[in-house]
Amino acid sequence: MTEFLQQLVNGLSLGAIYALLALGYTMVYGVLRFINFAHSDVFMVGAFAGLYLAPLAPGGSILGGLLVVSGAMLASALLGVTIERLAYRPLRQAPTLNVLITAIGVSCLLQSAGQLIFGAAPRSFPVIFPARALSVGGLDFSSNQVVVLVSAAALVVGLRLIVFHTRMGAALRAVSQNPRAARLMGIDNDVVIRFTFALGSALAGAGGVLYAVNYPTIDPLMGVLPGLKAFVAAILGGIGSIPGAALGGLLLGLVETFVGGSAYSTYKDAIAFALLILFLLFRPAGLLGKARVEKV
Amino acid sequence: MLSVTDLHVAYGAIQALSGVSFTVPPGAIVTLIGGNGAGKTTTLHSLSGLLRPTRGKISFAGRDLTAVPPHEIVGLGLCQVPEGRLVFPESTVAENLALGAYLRRDRAAIAATRDHVFELFPRLAERRGQVAGTLSGGEQQMLAIGRALMSAPKFLLLDEPSLGLAPRLIETIFERIVAINRDQGLPILLVEQNARLALAVSSYAYVLESGNIALHGPSAELAADPRLKAAYLGG
Repeated sequence: MTEFLQQLVNGLSLGAIYALLALGYTMVYGVLRFINFAHSDVFMVGAFAGLYLAPLAPGGSILGGLLVVSGAMLASALLGVTIERLAYRPLRQAPTLNVLITAIGVSCLLQSAGQLIFGAAPRSFPVIFPARALSVGGLDFSSNQVVVLVSAAALVVGLRLIVFHTRMGAALRAVSQNPRAARLMGIDNDVVIRFTFALGSALAGAGGVLYAVNYPTIDPLMGVLPGLKAFVAAILGGIGSIPGAALGGLLLGLVETFVGGSAYSTYKDAIAFALLILFLLFRPAGLLGKARVEKV
Repeated sequence: MLSVTDLHVAYGAIQALSGVSFTVPPGAIVTLIGGNGAGKTTTLHSLSGLLRPTRGKISFAGRDLTAVPPHEIVGLGLCQVPEGRLVFPESTVAENLALGAYLRRDRAAIAATRDHVFELFPRLAERRGQVAGTLSGGEQQMLAIGRALMSAPKFLLLDEPSLGLAPRLIETIFERIVAINRDQGLPILLVEQNARLALAVSSYAYVLESGNIALHGPSAELAADPRLKAAYLGG
């Protein structure tokens, strides 16, 4: 039982990071109907922004940690908006496939630029939050896991407030339901798309720092695997669905951790993805996605 | 109020409109009729800025609209009820109406408009909490018209409001359209395939045929025109 609860905590804190990343994939898909493959590299840049900001903030304190996370979110949001403006906006009338290939190109560019600027060798991430080993009722976990879970939960609640209780959030939902109808309401779709990139990238940036806090080395290719898994989580939850992405992230984190803790740990990724394939065979639209006919 | 001069629109190499001109005076219902592919929806899309004309002028309340982006056109008071209604299917009736008032800030005035919409379409008031995707076709059409009215438009573009509706519902919808025009003096450009109906409610009509205005005149005269009878009114 203790073992189970222990793995549950581990799985949730890993899943929370997948969830933060998955939200960006799903929101961008919602407004532009393409997968932003550069999203995982925004996550990486967020972690490096955290690395460079860390010496400026008081280390090992809650306030300092939050300041670093906020700074990384801001930097990532700026990067996301810049990518959208320079790479995706000019392709607004182009076929989705062209945008998709461009996204892969941007991803390669960011990874190479990261290796050039940050260096290819892994760097160790400083301690930004108070680090303690906690033991509650026989469960051992680190204060960092608590930080990850609480921050991720707060960010998801904040996102929900923005999406469902602000004017911009209403516009975002309108654009993702029907871009043409949204324009006929007087919504400037470009502003909404920019806002979506800022929001999704900020969450990825937060995810990057929180990931680095728990797995304390970072490198310019660190985004690749978490990015792939978060993308899978977004599909699992039902691409385009915001609660689906959060749920998919948590679920994937749990499956991966539980399989990782079993006798088959070598095959944890294979088993996690096999389960996904099986699940999608029976429910192609994902957990909370709606089966809709794509009009071509 | 609205005047279109020599409008040319092309989709790539295909010319959709070649020199369309018409005017809608203040307070009037003017109709644009024609068969499938005549260019009716293309015309409305150009008016709303969703398509850019290659040549010609669209003048609304003294301003040229040909280079104005769609969201600013709505801000100027030219509002469209699109073909196929395009309601936001996952949002409730109330949320759809609120989106119609997206550019307005005065909450009291917005609430007053919503009450007026509910008066026009009591069905919408009954279903305000219901998700729009689950409404019937007629109710969705009411919602689309109500949503457009929420922007407090100075001019209304209606694209095929009768499409796919039962005859009894069409009657209700058109009765309301006439009422909106009469009570608020709101000018309306009505695009319709149902020529008989369109001619009955409008004062002036233009007949669009493969991207050109083939015929125009007061609706009552056109309804009696033998050329129109043969082509659109079923003899």
